[in-house]
Amino acid sequence: MSTPQHPTPQAPPAWQGAPGPAYATAGPVYTSPIPIVRTHLGHAITSEWTKIRSVRSTMWTLGVFVLLVVGIGLLAGAIVAANATEGDLADDTALSFGFFGLLLGSMCIITLGVLTTASEYGTGMIRTTMVACPSRGRVLAAKAVVFFAVAFVVTLVSTGFVAMVHVGMLGDARQPTGSEWLKATFGVSLYIALLGLISLAVGSVIRHSAGAITIMIGVLLAPLVIAIFMFSSSLEGLRQALFEYSIPSQMSVFYSSSLSDSGPTGWDPLWIALGVTAVVLGGAFALLEKRDV
Amino acid sequence: MIELSGLTKRYGEKVAVNNLTFTVRPGIVTGFLGPNGAGKSTTMRMMLGLDRPTAGDVRIDGQHYDRLKDPLKYIGALLDAKAMHGGRSAFNHLLCLAQSNGIPRSRVHEVLDTVGLTSVARKKAKGFSLGMGQRLGIAGALLGDPRILMFDEPVNGLDPEGIHWIRNLMKSLAAQGRTVFVSSHLMSEMALTADHLVVIGQGRLLADTSMADFIAQNSRSHVRIRTPQRERLLDVLHGAGILVVETGGGVLEVDGGKSEHIGELAAQHQIVLHELSPQRASLEEAFMQLTAESVEYHAHADTPAPAPAGELGRFEQPAPQWGDDWTRS
Repeated sequence: MSTPQHPTPQAPPAWQGAPGPAYATAGPVYTSPIPIVRTHLGHAITSEWTKIRSVRSTMWTLGVFVLLVVGIGLLAGAIVAANATEGDLADDTALSFGFFGLLLGSMCIITLGVLTTASEYGTGMIRTTMVACPSRGRVLAAKAVVFFAVAFVVTLVSTGFVAMVHVGMLGDARQPTGSEWLKATFGVSLYIALLGLISLAVGSVIRHSAGAITIMIGVLLAPLVIAIFMFSSSLEGLRQALFEYSIPSQMSVFYSSSLSDSGPTGWDPLWIALGVTAVVLGGAFALLEKRDV
Repeated sequence: MIELSGLTKRYGEKVAVNNLTFTVRPGIVTGFLGPNGAGKSTTMRMMLGLDRPTAGDVRIDGQHYDRLKDPLKYIGALLDAKAMHGGRSAFNHLLCLAQSNGIPRSRVHEVLDTVGLTSVARKKAKGFSLGMGQRLGIAGALLGDPRILMFDEPVNGLDPEGIHWIRNLMKSLAAQGRTVFVSSHLMSEMALTADHLVVIGQGRLLADTSMADFIAQNSRSHVRIRTPQRERLLDVLHGAGILVVETGGGVLEVDGGKSEHIGELAAQHQIVLHELSPQRASLEEAFMQLTAESVEYHAHADTPAPAPAGELGRFEQPAPQWGDDWTRS
């Protein structure tokens, strides 16, 4: 503290939004020629878009996703078309055969969702990100918006394509109504994107890619697997609930071919997913504000 | 300008940073010195809003970091060379940072050019050497052309040419009127770059002083003399009012830098001298002494206080010999 101070009263710079206290400086302070911009969510979204498109894991997970949804979808359609006899398909719509591919593909969306947040902790990038944008909520919100848009659009295009091919392929099946079309493409895409968003929030909480992916795959498959092997009759109620509310079963509701007769129907799975997303994402926001980066 | 007041960080029982109060001023390079584990990085993370302080406050030009609307134009920070996604190209890494602060794309090319990475801009960061990673991190720090720059151990892993480059960069940034705050665990490195020193140990502030004062206070200089005519010289020096200490082995020591005066006296009285050499205690020693005391202060006599030499064991890499760097630059 031995440096002599020459308090130079400094006028608050015009661009400074809030009038900060005047401070004394030891000499002339550097001013940059770069224009000052008040940043907002839009900047963070542009930044996150650059991030998500500039890493290979995005291309890999989405590539495998499209391959699974379209590949398995077409395969299932072809097998059914080859083997179905007259009248077999009369009760069903052709849309329901898109389910298998999407069920497997959902794991890719889960992985991408987790990686969007957790990989930044693994690499240390998160510190750079948070220094550039100290509003932590804004960072998570931007990630959520960009990821949700990407996941939704890719799922909609894939499921839409598979649905159209199926309906064309399986002429014997009942023609789907407009609302069935909507559910099997738009509805299920929203559901998958929300599932990814939950994964993104879990990734932000767990901060460890492998751990978060394991948890999410467990959430996806465990209830159904447990239900299948739950033989005890005293647990019949629990077994039924696990079965009906398991994610694969809820996904099948969008194809109006639920794995069970009771449980969620219509658009219910979407509202359930919306509620769960809100809770998990809210928790992720709260923890992000509270914890050290 | 960065102002810390009473900054404290506790992890459970352990106090990582203990009531730090100091100010980092513009126009000079401020060195932030302390042995590994002294709390330097924790302090820097709190300055950048990454860690929440347990108590106390940090203000950047009078504002809290998380209230800054375009932080990269206030502060550029190099925290960790590997704080980036290895799969992303250097250009895209800088682009996403620029976009988050509304910095024009052209600026990305400028900083890549400044740090000399233009030719590898499209290459993935994971293929970079440690030195290239540091350069990319520095490019990120310079992106917003900020008034404050913060570097955490910037010379780690750099070759002599890279070290030289960083030193000159920091000095030129400070000369432009920017605030430059740089941490290191090497006193020798600081002696070459910093104008002001903040020393911490065990999370506590040990010194906040100008480099010149620190040198003056901590590097005790003395003159070492050997002579076959010991008694005569002692008489002469005594007569001139110069205090002499005998250190054994026929060596005499005189405090202060008066070798010319002693030489003249010896010549006057025709005394033969075999050695007359001004000596300086190394700053590295002074620094280790300073930090060793802080360790001792906390050890409460349960364990013997570590000797300054034992402190070397606390460094991740062996500290280079004092003076190694002088010839290089």
